[in-house]
Formats: sequence, C-alpha cells, structure tokens
Amino acid sequence: MKGISIMGTKEEKQVREATDKWVLRLYVAGQTPKALTAFTNLKKICEEQLDGKYSIEVIDLLVNPQLGNEDQILALPTLVRKLPVPVRKIIGDLSNTERVLVGLDLLPDS
Amino acid sequence: MKKAEQKNINKNLLKTQTGIQGFDELTNGGLPAGRPTLVCGGAGCGKTLFGMEFLVRGATQFNEPGVFMSFEETNEELIKNVSSLGFDLEGLIIQKKIALDHVHIERSEIEETGEYDLEGLFIRLGYAIDSIGAKRVVLDTIESLFAGLPNQLILRAELRRLFRWLKEKEVTAIITGERGDETLTRQGLEEYVSDCVILLDHRVTEQTSTRRLRVVKYRGSIHGTNEYPFLIDESGFSVLPVTSLGLKHIVSNERISSGIPVLDNMLEGKGYYRGSTVLVSGTSGVGKTSIAAHFAEAACKRGERVLYFCFEESPNQLMRNMLSIGIKLEPWVRKGLLQFQATRPTFYGLEMHLAVTHKAVNTFKPDIVILDPINTFVIGDKEFEVKTMLMRIVDFLKANLITALFTSLTSGESAIESSDVGISSLIDTWLLLRDIELNGERNRGMYVLKSRGMANSNQIREFILTDHGVELREVYIGKRGVLTGSARIAQEAFETAEVLTRKNDIERIKREIERKRKALEARISTLRADFESEESEAVKILETEKEMIKRLEQDKIEMAVSRKADIKKQRRT
Repeated sequence: MKGISIMGTKEEKQVREATDKWVLRLYVAGQTPKALTAFTNLKKICEEQLDGKYSIEVIDLLVNPQLGNEDQILALPTLVRKLPVPVRKIIGDLSNTERVLVGLDLLPDS
Repeated sequence: MKKAEQKNINKNLLKTQTGIQGFDELTNGGLPAGRPTLVCGGAGCGKTLFGMEFLVRGATQFNEPGVFMSFEETNEELIKNVSSLGFDLEGLIIQKKIALDHVHIERSEIEETGEYDLEGLFIRLGYAIDSIGAKRVVLDTIESLFAGLPNQLILRAELRRLFRWLKEKEVTAIITGERGDETLTRQGLEEYVSDCVILLDHRVTEQTSTRRLRVVKYRGSIHGTNEYPFLIDESGFSVLPVTSLGLKHIVSNERISSGIPVLDNMLEGKGYYRGSTVLVSGTSGVGKTSIAAHFAEAACKRGERVLYFCFEESPNQLMRNMLSIGIKLEPWVRKGLLQFQATRPTFYGLEMHLAVTHKAVNTFKPDIVILDPINTFVIGDKEFEVKTMLMRIVDFLKANLITALFTSLTSGESAIESSDVGISSLIDTWLLLRDIELNGERNRGMYVLKSRGMANSNQIREFILTDHGVELREVYIGKRGVLTGSARIAQEAFETAEVLTRKNDIERIKREIERKRKALEARISTLRADFESEESEAVKILETEKEMIKRLEQDKIEMAVSRKADIKKQRRT
C-alpha cells in the first residue's frame, strides 16, 4: 500500500498552488479488502471524472497512527478531499459511486 | 505492585483505586480493573469531571497514566475547565502522564459510501495508549458518535468491538453517557458496558439541588446500593458514604467546660463530655447563640479549634452581637483557632450541607463544631431527611471525637421538649432555654433536660445576659410559682427586709432582757442595802443589850460592894 503513495509533500505544495488540481487523501488501516475496494473505486472515479488533474495520497494508519488526528479520522476507509476547499470527508469503501460524486461535489450541474 | 496489593484485598476481582474521595470506600476499592465502567447521568451532573479526576488522580497518586478521549470539548477547553479544580493538566501532558485526544465529527462534512468500520478510532486510541503506557482511559461522551455517523448498525457493532478491545488492552476505562428518558443512557450503552454502571444525578427538590451518585451495578463485587450525595468544589469530587459508621465510636471521659461556670456546676461541676453532642433548644431570643459563643470562646482559650457553622447570621454580625455581652470572638478568628462557615440553609440541598460539613471538618480538623441553628434546615416536609442528615453529622463527629453543639429553635406552641427536628435521641446533653412570663415580664429560664452519663442538676436557673456574659441565677420556686426578673428582685428585697426585721427583734429582746436583769439586780442591791442596814441596827441593839446586861451585873456587884456583901463568894457562884 505504501508504494501507492503518489505525492510527496513538496509536490503537494505545488499542486495546491495550481488550483485546478485535486488533492485527495485516502486513509486506510492495512490492506484490508475494504481498503483495496476503496482504492480501486477511487482510482476509477478519478480517472473518469478528473482527467488526470488529481493526486491521491494513501495513508496507512497502521504504519503512521499519529497521522489520523489531523483529519479527525474515525471511520476507515476515509477519503478526504483536501483541495479544492472546503474539506470533505467520505467514509466507506466508495462502492456507491453516486454518493461519492455527491461527496466530492462532482455531480454534473453543480 | 499496586495490583499485587489489591489482589490480597480482593481475590475475586482486581480493582483500580480512583482516588476520588469517598468513592473507593463505597465500592470497596474502586472501579473494576481492566474493564470498562459506564458513568451516566443528565447534563451537568459531573460525568466529565468524574472521568477527569479518575485520570488525574491515577496519574498523580497511583502512577497510572491515562488517556482522555473527548468527543465534545476541545483539549484547550478541557484544560481550562479542570484548572478551576486545581488540576494541572498541561503539566501532566508534558510529563506524558496524561494524553488528551479531541475527536471531532462534523456530520455535514461526512458522506457515507458503502462499508466502513471504526478502525481509525481504535488506532488513534491505541496510539494514544501506547504513547504514554496508559492504564486508564476515559471516553467522554462516546454517544456523540451517534450524531455524527448515520449508520447505527455499523456503529453499534463497532462499539461492542471497542469495549471488547479495551478489555483486551487491559485498561480501566470510563465511558460516559448521557441519560435517556427511559434508559440509563440515550443510546443504550449499558448493553455493551455491563461490568460496572454508575449513575450520577443532579436533583432539585424545594428549589435546592443535590448531586447524588449511585452504583447501579457492579459485577462480581459488593457495593453500597444507596444514593450517595457528592460534591464538586475547588478540590474536585467527593462522595460521601452515608451511614457506614454505626455505633462503634470510642468515647472519652474527658470533660470540657461549657464556658459558663454555673452551667458547669449544673453538670457535676465539670461541663460536657468531650465528643458528646449538646443541644441547646429554646424559643427565639432566649440566648442560644450566646451559650454557643461562650462554649466557643472557652474552647479557644484552651487552645482548641472551633468550627462554627452559622446559618442565620453573618460571622461579623455574630461577633458584633456577642461583643455586646462581653464575648470577644474576633481575636480567635485572627489566630486561626475559630473558623466561621456561614451559608443560608437554602443555599444547598441537605446532602450538600452534609458534604460541606464533612469537608470543612476534614480540612479544619476542629475539636468543637457548632451548628447554629439546625432547624432552619426544615423547610417543608423534610423532617425525616433532616433527621437522617443530622444523624450522619452526629455519627461522623462522634467518630472523630469532636464535641458538637447544636442550637435549635422551638416554636412557642409546640411541646417544648420535643425539639421539632426530632433528634432528641441523638443528643447527649440537652439544655433547654425557656421563657417564663410572669407579672407582665418575659424572663429566661434554663435547665438541663437531660445529660447522659452524669448526675446533672434538676434546677431551673434564671438565665441573664449581662455585659460580661451569661449569668445563671437560682430562681424562686414557692407557693407563688417560679419567680424571675423583677418579681425575683422583689422577692429578694422582701426577704432582705424580713431578715432585717428579725435581726431588730432579736436586738430588742436582748435589750429587754438586759434591762430586766439590770432591774433585778437593782432590786437585789436595794434589798441587800436594806438588809444590811437592818442587820447593823440589830447588831447595835444586841451590843446595847449586852452592854446593858454587863452594866446591870456591874451595878449588882457595885451594890453588893456597897452593901459589904461577900463579894468573893458571890463571884465564885
């Protein structure tokens, strides 16, 4: 799972400067089936909706438990949309695509 | 080491001392070790504080670090809130003895999409526990999750898992829960946490509020089942065990002066027993407080500590008033021997008063406690409660060998001997002050109604307040009843006059006799004089007669001589 981490902190900064980029964080705890499902679903949605203008950071709380506090993570898996603001949280394995789109404000006409 | 000690005490169930005053006694040692305990109650009943004190005491007294996971207050708020109770959370956090974790969920930010679990919470809690090696955990109030997470099925399953997980972690946990309408907690947490359930309550009766604590359930342990009043003040929580004392207190044979010499005389000349309970009852304005003040002053003079609860007057007013009868209390306050605690009885509930009394006594450690007066507690129909409260106070003071003096106001109409609080059976020495109305005057009388363990005087004394304190005078009891006040003074004058008259009479009689004796003597001397003159007369006559006889004989001889008779012959014959 660690290998999936795409963006380091330096790049993240640059990404934030570019407002059209989406910064997403996926919190998981180990490679559980739910975590894998969530990642697959997320990847798919991003490809379809964001056309490459995104970065996904996967944080494994089993490895770095202290990172959970910043985003007030309770439920796992949790997807956090850091950019664009406001911050949104989507919990669950992201299997309900429509609700994910609602959560990310990606529904057409909105 | 702590655990080993506890094991010796209770082999069945390990317990974790909370360090909360009175609570460990109540539960025979504290909360079940390594298990979660549910603390529930309504808003503002002290759940958070109970949890926080459990952690702080654990960290400071038992060397058991703790994690406080708050779902409501932020860390900063928590630190601020408990600093008013003297807990230095920040310091403990720096020393890694306490970890705070604020869990915040905003429903509007969260979108649910499919399967999830609360592993994130577990990881956070687990991380916090491991980072300081915590033995204690508080989750306050986990029910907030129900507001933040819509899927109740998942949440309930996860909570069940959480409590099991806490047990596996072997931490002693407190989970707080808001009280529901029908159930102990709104979300039925008692289903999951079944080892120990503590209910906190904040009740208002007759406009006064009382906090109470009850151990609803404690698996595998005996515990007190009553409702116990508790107190939250500047030093935290304190629970008051109700009546565990019984009648086993030690007694003292030492006697202490009441501060009024005549009253001491009425009590075998020695005063009250140390550790006894004295009640001074009477109608209003008879001088109950004066007796109490005398007692306080005398005790301070002996160097003893006096705690004076005044429920009707402010300390300053009381000191000023007592100064008018020559009792100076203020210097003793300055020396720290006398302490006043002034509160209106309506300010707290009864249990709160009891708790406050306990606390004050435990901190000040007095030799003498004065409650002035006790019957102001009786507001409405609470006699029974008042009696139990006083009984608890009496028991508590006796157990500590503290002499207690209560004053009680009796209403004029009711039977004066049955003090309206009905605590006579608790009282060792009972002084009764009463009005005696006679000849348009109202005077005070005092007598010892009872005094256990001593041969007390049965006399009624007149009770007088002078500028140098209380004086007790004997009253006149005769055909015309008890005489007091001016009637007594009149009687005294009358008696003085009578004595004077008697004295005069005696003098007169003495003089009369003297006169008579003198008269007698005079007559005797007259008679004697008469007799003497007669006697001398008689002697003279006799001498004259003898002379005459002599003369006659002489004459005869001379006659014979002249007749030349035989004188010799005649002389021989």
